[in-house]
Amino acid sequence: MPDTQVLVNDFLNKLKKRKIEGSQATARQTAELLRSVISQQRVPYTNQAGALIDAVKAVGEQLIAANPVELAVGNIVRRVLHIIREEDLSLTTAAIGGLNLSAVSDDENDDDRDGDSTLSAAAVAAAARSTLRPPSLQTLLEDTPVSAAVPQTSSSGGDSEGKTADKSSRSRKLKHDVIEAVNELIQDIVTCHEQIAEQAVEHIHQNEVILTLGSSRTVLEFLFAAKEKKRSFRVFVAEGAPRYQGHLLAKELVARGLQTTLITDSAVFAMISRVNMVIVGAHAVMANGGVIAPVGMNLVALAAQKHAVPFVVLAGSHKLCPLYPHNPEVLLNELRSPSELLDFGEFSDCMDFGSGSGSPLLHVVNPAFDYVPPKLVSLFITDTGGHNPSYMYRLIADYYSADDLVVQRRATAGN
Amino acid sequence: MDSRRSSRAVIDPKVRQVGFFTSAPLPPDRTQSDPPDPIRSPPLADASSPGNSLSPVMIPPPRHPSDSLLRLPHSPSDAFPPPSPTTTTTSLGDFSDDVTAASSPPPAAARVRGRGSSVKQQGAASSFPGGGFEVPPSVKAPSSVPASGLTTVSVVKLPPGISVEVQSDRALNSKPLKEKTSKAERRAIQEAQRAAKAAAKAEGIKTPAVTALANAKSAKSTKPSPQRNDSAVVVAASEKKGGDRSVEKDRKKDVPHPRMQYDDKSRVQKLKKRSVVKPTEARNRVELFRHLPQYEHGTQLPVLQSKFFQLDTLHPAVYKVGLQYLSGDICGGNARCIAMLQAFQEAIRDYSTPPAKTLSRDLTAKISSYVSFLIDCRPLSVSMGNAIRFLKSQIAKIPISLSESEAKATLHSDIERFINEKIILADRVIVKHAVTKIRDGDVLLTYGSSSAVEMILQHAHELGKQFRVVIVDSRPKHEGKLLLRRLVRKGLSCTYTHINAISYIMHEVTRVFLGASSVLSNGTVYSRVGTACVAMVAYGFHIPVLVCCEAYKFHERVQLDSICSNELGDPDSISKVPGREDINHLDGWDKSENLQLLNLIYDATPSDYVSLIITDYGMIPPTSVPVIVREYGRGQLWIYEECDPLASPGRCSDAVFFVDGLIFYPSQHLVLSFWFPDRPPSGLNNDLLERSDNFVTVAENGNFTNFEL
Repeated sequence: MPDTQVLVNDFLNKLKKRKIEGSQATARQTAELLRSVISQQRVPYTNQAGALIDAVKAVGEQLIAANPVELAVGNIVRRVLHIIREEDLSLTTAAIGGLNLSAVSDDENDDDRDGDSTLSAAAVAAAARSTLRPPSLQTLLEDTPVSAAVPQTSSSGGDSEGKTADKSSRSRKLKHDVIEAVNELIQDIVTCHEQIAEQAVEHIHQNEVILTLGSSRTVLEFLFAAKEKKRSFRVFVAEGAPRYQGHLLAKELVARGLQTTLITDSAVFAMISRVNMVIVGAHAVMANGGVIAPVGMNLVALAAQKHAVPFVVLAGSHKLCPLYPHNPEVLLNELRSPSELLDFGEFSDCMDFGSGSGSPLLHVVNPAFDYVPPKLVSLFITDTGGHNPSYMYRLIADYYSADDLVVQRRATAGN
Repeated sequence: MDSRRSSRAVIDPKVRQVGFFTSAPLPPDRTQSDPPDPIRSPPLADASSPGNSLSPVMIPPPRHPSDSLLRLPHSPSDAFPPPSPTTTTTSLGDFSDDVTAASSPPPAAARVRGRGSSVKQQGAASSFPGGGFEVPPSVKAPSSVPASGLTTVSVVKLPPGISVEVQSDRALNSKPLKEKTSKAERRAIQEAQRAAKAAAKAEGIKTPAVTALANAKSAKSTKPSPQRNDSAVVVAASEKKGGDRSVEKDRKKDVPHPRMQYDDKSRVQKLKKRSVVKPTEARNRVELFRHLPQYEHGTQLPVLQSKFFQLDTLHPAVYKVGLQYLSGDICGGNARCIAMLQAFQEAIRDYSTPPAKTLSRDLTAKISSYVSFLIDCRPLSVSMGNAIRFLKSQIAKIPISLSESEAKATLHSDIERFINEKIILADRVIVKHAVTKIRDGDVLLTYGSSSAVEMILQHAHELGKQFRVVIVDSRPKHEGKLLLRRLVRKGLSCTYTHINAISYIMHEVTRVFLGASSVLSNGTVYSRVGTACVAMVAYGFHIPVLVCCEAYKFHERVQLDSICSNELGDPDSISKVPGREDINHLDGWDKSENLQLLNLIYDATPSDYVSLIITDYGMIPPTSVPVIVREYGRGQLWIYEECDPLASPGRCSDAVFFVDGLIFYPSQHLVLSFWFPDRPPSGLNNDLLERSDNFVTVAENGNFTNFEL
């Protein structure tokens, strides 16, 4: 454990000092950290899933506290928890389902009313179905017992007798499977650009004029994918003061041979009347379909709405956050250094601190993020395809289990 | 609407006729109410036309006597059956269904329009033909059939505005009526002939094709011809009042010239030949803005400086101002305008008329050359354009009898007065109005740096109001920083942020004060780029947006977007971020073919985002801008006009604005009182005087420059 603790502390420091730029990098590093936490975690003989969950939660809690605004951290922690639960489930299902497959199929209907004896197997089977199958009406109806059943199965699975022979292999198998799945998750995070970019041709056609703000790797890949498919179009890049990442994006777009025009953020309204589509990246996508995005995005979204220009948000699945925002402009925001707007000391000559009430006359506000309400978003493009803002909650529900929405160790858990 | 309803109750109780109809049974009182007007009923529009009696409108059909009177090679339309009532009605709606109405309404309409105000003041309204039956046609026609070609023509050609009234009234007073009308008639006939000829010409071109085609189609193609003819007749009839031809011409002249389009190669070439600066065109221009001039920045200044001793035609003061524009030392609509006018003042002072030339001609040419130099340095702002227009009109007005020194003195004082009254005094009036909108505890947001807004904030602070200012700034000019510095120095509590954070900061804001470079006739506010964004977000948050703009910056142009007309700044200032050396991704951007940097200077804020425009005529909704432009925009007649306003009382009780539930009378009271401090203007009753008391107190002072707010 000590070496993971070092890793965790290191990562915590980075998060606290805001050393990690971009939600993708954060997500990837979080996943990698959790992977090592899991692999280092010694698994007890019984209730292995519970132990893993507790370990991940313990780390996850710290990580989230270190940078609550970086929602990707929480997302990944929840994803990993979800993975653990799922893997455990599928293992249990495999174990039990293999034994009494016929029984399950027979009394499926009375399961819910039956006692504990049959509940575990049937519920597990149902849960397994729900995870393995695409969502259908049946799985939706059966969804309810899943969350209740999961902790039970892990414990009951451990307690049940006559399966001790499986134990040792299963314990190793669970951890192995979870690490496999986390690896897949990391892979997903790394390659989400490509999957999103694949859809570019469907959305960008010849001679379009596209506006974007700031810099996003996803947007860059998306535009470039369309360009590779021999679409010729024109991109307006708003520079995204005060970080001026638009300069970077413009440079890279030009390097890839796209017709690019860099504009100031204030010219967005002036130019949007000639724009066919706004394509932007996001910092995080909330469960209500709202978007936390680099500052200035709300402006663009409002202008796009005024001119009936589609406002398309590209987001990898690691940006989908299962939380519903409340007052996101304030609570999910952070204020960056004023030095990005005004140089230190620039106004020292005209500020008189000797007199007056002592409160400074000058405030500088430099928020990092903007909240775009769902009604301003026309379309989300994630690695699973295009979605309406109103559908996001359902999409998000696929990735997370309801138990993990609040990442907090239960007081009773663990000990 | 009320008059319409009540009149219906009297005359038309049973049948409500909608749409186009032929009214064979005429209510008798309608013809009675129509006064036989021997002066106005023109002989050419003979009412005995049988086709006319069927038509519900006053437009004569193509076989109208006026046509036969004109008798032109107008064959194709004659060959076809005369248009059915439906075809003609499309053009004017149910104007009136009277036989005589065919001829008589137009003059009346012209009269109503001439006064441009409510029917109440019109003596004519009672005797108006069909007045008891319908709303006056002048009101009705445009509203009912706004899209028809004919109505638009007639609207354009009818003499709108008060100036018409003034002139025509005076004309009517001075000249015997009889002669007047006959002259007008002759003119009308000429006009009609001309129009008909034009129509015939158009027809002649069309005929070969038309004959080959099917009947229906050709009928369609000939339709314009009767309409055009009719419009000519309408115009002719409307000119019965006479004396307004020149005014009409003025009106036409008033339609703003199309701006120079810099994607027009030949014209650009021509321009280059004339220009002094010879700028090099920028490479990597944005395709969308080819119609705007964009030059390599930084190249003009050295060229100009080296040319200093060759530019003997240029007055040094003008030269200096040009350089200051070029380097950006003077910016902002008011500052630029004042600097230019002062330079012109100096230039006029040092001016002497060359032998064998008249002052007004030569000086106008001189000023024009100065102006084109200034345009080379930086495109004119609307404020400057208006000031130049004013100056030129003043020069043109100088009587030849005046000696040179007198003329120069007149111009000097004219310019002085323009600066004082239109800019300085206007700003003080604006400040006075705007301060009433600031309450304790307000958080006021402003964007960029507007001189008017700055004065407002400072004045409110001096009055001891407790408020906080949010200054929103944007790249690349960072004008807000300068404003911030000045306000912080004065001790105002300020918050500074970038335009990107506008939706964050807007939560705490209670009022938005914006400056404007110009307010266009459709209510669009043309201002520093980013203003539209701020107004849009404020509108989204339901926060009132108050635009502060002096009335001399109003312009009759209309604009819907920020692309058709704009100004391009230096693109290099976008690639570089001062004080942030780490952002150097775009160094050497101009070597890349695919990258363009766009530095827009202005944008157009749609009028629906603007709650209020604070101007020197009071606080008006953006929809009232065209009224201000129309009433006061024309060469600043109201300041210098040497006529007796008492002779034309129609001017006094015009345009009334309703703002904030208060009745506001535009400050023409002030103007009138200013001219006649000892005589109360007869057009104003006591009620008006009371309500506009602040202006009356001004009148008692009797002096503009000592005007205390």
